Amino acid sequence: MLKQFASSVAVVALSLSFVSSANAADVTQINGAGATFPYPIYAKWASAYQKETGIKLNYQSIGSGGGIKQIKKKTVDFGASDAPMKPEELDKYGMIQWPQIMGGVVPVVNLPGIESGKIHLDGKTLADIFLGRITKWNDKRITALNPNVKLPDHKITVVHRSDGSGTTFIFTNYLNKVSKAWADKVGNAKAVSWPAGVGGKGNEGVASYVSRIGGSIGYVEYAYALQNKMTYTLLRNKDGKYVAPTAENFQAAAAGAEWGKAKNYYLILTDQPGEKSWPITGASFIIVYKQAQHPDSARAVLKFFDWAYHHGGEMANKLDYVPMPAKVVNMVENTWTKSIHTASGEPVWTSKMVVQK
Amino acid sequence: MMNTVTGNTGVPVPNRIAGSLGDRLFHGVAWMAAVGVLLVLGAIIVMLTIGASPAFEKFGFFNFLSTAEWNPVTEMFGGLSPLVGTLVSSAIAILIGLPVSFGIALFITEMAPPWLKRPVGTAIELLAAIPSIIYGMWGLFIFAPFFADHIQPLLTDTLGELPLIGALFQDPPLGISVFTAGIILAIMIIPFIASVMRDVFETVPAELRESAYGVGSTTWEVVWNVVLPMTKVGAMGGVMLGLGRALGETMAVTFVIGNAHKLHLGLFEPGNSIASTIANEFTEADGEVYTASLIALGLILFIITFIVLGLAKIMLLRMAARQEGRPA
Repeated sequence: MLKQFASSVAVVALSLSFVSSANAADVTQINGAGATFPYPIYAKWASAYQKETGIKLNYQSIGSGGGIKQIKKKTVDFGASDAPMKPEELDKYGMIQWPQIMGGVVPVVNLPGIESGKIHLDGKTLADIFLGRITKWNDKRITALNPNVKLPDHKITVVHRSDGSGTTFIFTNYLNKVSKAWADKVGNAKAVSWPAGVGGKGNEGVASYVSRIGGSIGYVEYAYALQNKMTYTLLRNKDGKYVAPTAENFQAAAAGAEWGKAKNYYLILTDQPGEKSWPITGASFIIVYKQAQHPDSARAVLKFFDWAYHHGGEMANKLDYVPMPAKVVNMVENTWTKSIHTASGEPVWTSKMVVQK
Repeated sequence: MMNTVTGNTGVPVPNRIAGSLGDRLFHGVAWMAAVGVLLVLGAIIVMLTIGASPAFEKFGFFNFLSTAEWNPVTEMFGGLSPLVGTLVSSAIAILIGLPVSFGIALFITEMAPPWLKRPVGTAIELLAAIPSIIYGMWGLFIFAPFFADHIQPLLTDTLGELPLIGALFQDPPLGISVFTAGIILAIMIIPFIASVMRDVFETVPAELRESAYGVGSTTWEVVWNVVLPMTKVGAMGGVMLGLGRALGETMAVTFVIGNAHKLHLGLFEPGNSIASTIANEFTEADGEVYTASLIALGLILFIITFIVLGLAKIMLLRMAARQEGRPA
């Protein structure tokens, strides 16, 4: 409901916004649209930033697909997407992207009497469950991983997202990497052809189905699992260790990732190496044009996100998001100076422009 | 008006001119309003067709209708499963909603004591004003669990044992299914059908009713032989209104239908409808064929509604013709 309301507001706001972005000399408002997953933290940053600088952020959470469409049409100053755009596509449109904030996806189950963190799963087993190949909780492939847990002879009901979603993108990306059968049969996208189960709309839809249906398993964003005290499972990561979904383990996944090698930051943080890495971690991305049409607006966008990198970490933690590690922030700042320029080739942003607190 | 009558000169007087100008203006405005509706309708069809054409070009119209695969990864789309889901859930809604609405209208017009008519009538109209999201949430949080725990096992043990139709009722009770969606839709359309039926039943002149009672008819005979034949066009209109709402209902269905792109024989399995598919997937559909396929679904829903209304019209015309052929 809120999402729909926001998107209808977006249309009005977008048409109004031309006035402010055209008048380049004094930018008082920056306009962006896209992913719903980071909306709460962007909104929080925006209100704090406005108090400090007087510059307003108008962010419309119309969905990642919508955000990409809007930035392609140049109706917004930046687009936001939970799934990174492919490097070829970015080059085609002359855009760049960077990771702004992280979150994780957590498998949640409804098994009466079994607590959070008691069930151990590995990627292959999780994929087989979502493929509909494991249909009972006491299947020996699950019991072999959980010798100390008494699992019931109960049918497994798979719960997935019915709407296209960055969460699904990250989740299926992980299954794609760890299971050949999944890669062959289903694949990786924001919406896929699910071999089994029922679909709930939004994180709240999946959460309510999982809490409703006994013996069900679904996947939700970390913040959602935490705030609703859902029963999560442990997962085996690339290093063979069983890890719990915690902010620390998400950061471990991001820190271990080789961002420097990824062209255009096209890197999905699933199945990363590292002893503590949570295997289903993902970043949410911001997309802008390399050659800034309105350099002042573009600079305002970069200043805002830079401020968020340096001063927004605590706010992010409070809302159960995970800030980017400092190493990655430095890299992104260098990319900005190198790649984003005005029509005459001047860099739009340099490290001197960091907004001081 | 007094000074418009200025004798027999025949010369039009100013006020008269103003009057005819007003008439012409009104005529024009009324025309524009009527033609405007047609233009909007035409524009919608044109836009939907243009928007859907990449999908039809790639898959073919009939192929799109007859394939159940819906795979955003490989960009293979077929609309059979939402099409079937829409038709089945609406059919269930009408099967349940029609008799209940008829009963409600019958009770209010023929049987209820006068002091009860008003409150019941108003209550029905209030039900029609509840937003569909409320029905959806009620369906998900209250009705679906109750249905899964109490009614579904009962149906499986009874109807599920029957030959032929038994297979429709044998799946495990999740509470979230095409059947649940049908029931929620029935609850949503009952107020519409019932209040239209009540209104048209009340248009039957009291003399007719009283004469029928006077010659010794029972209440049922009066309704079946006097009231219904006189009002069937209006009553049918109410049913069509309800069916139209059921076919296009989005939010409530999305909550309880399960949103799975799969064709199942069983009514207790999750499915999806055209409207719920569009609501779920439109925001994140990137790629031309994906968006076009969703618009194609919209066009198909439009066509279905058109066919349903057309069939209703033909049925009514036939009924009217038969009525006239019969000696009075």
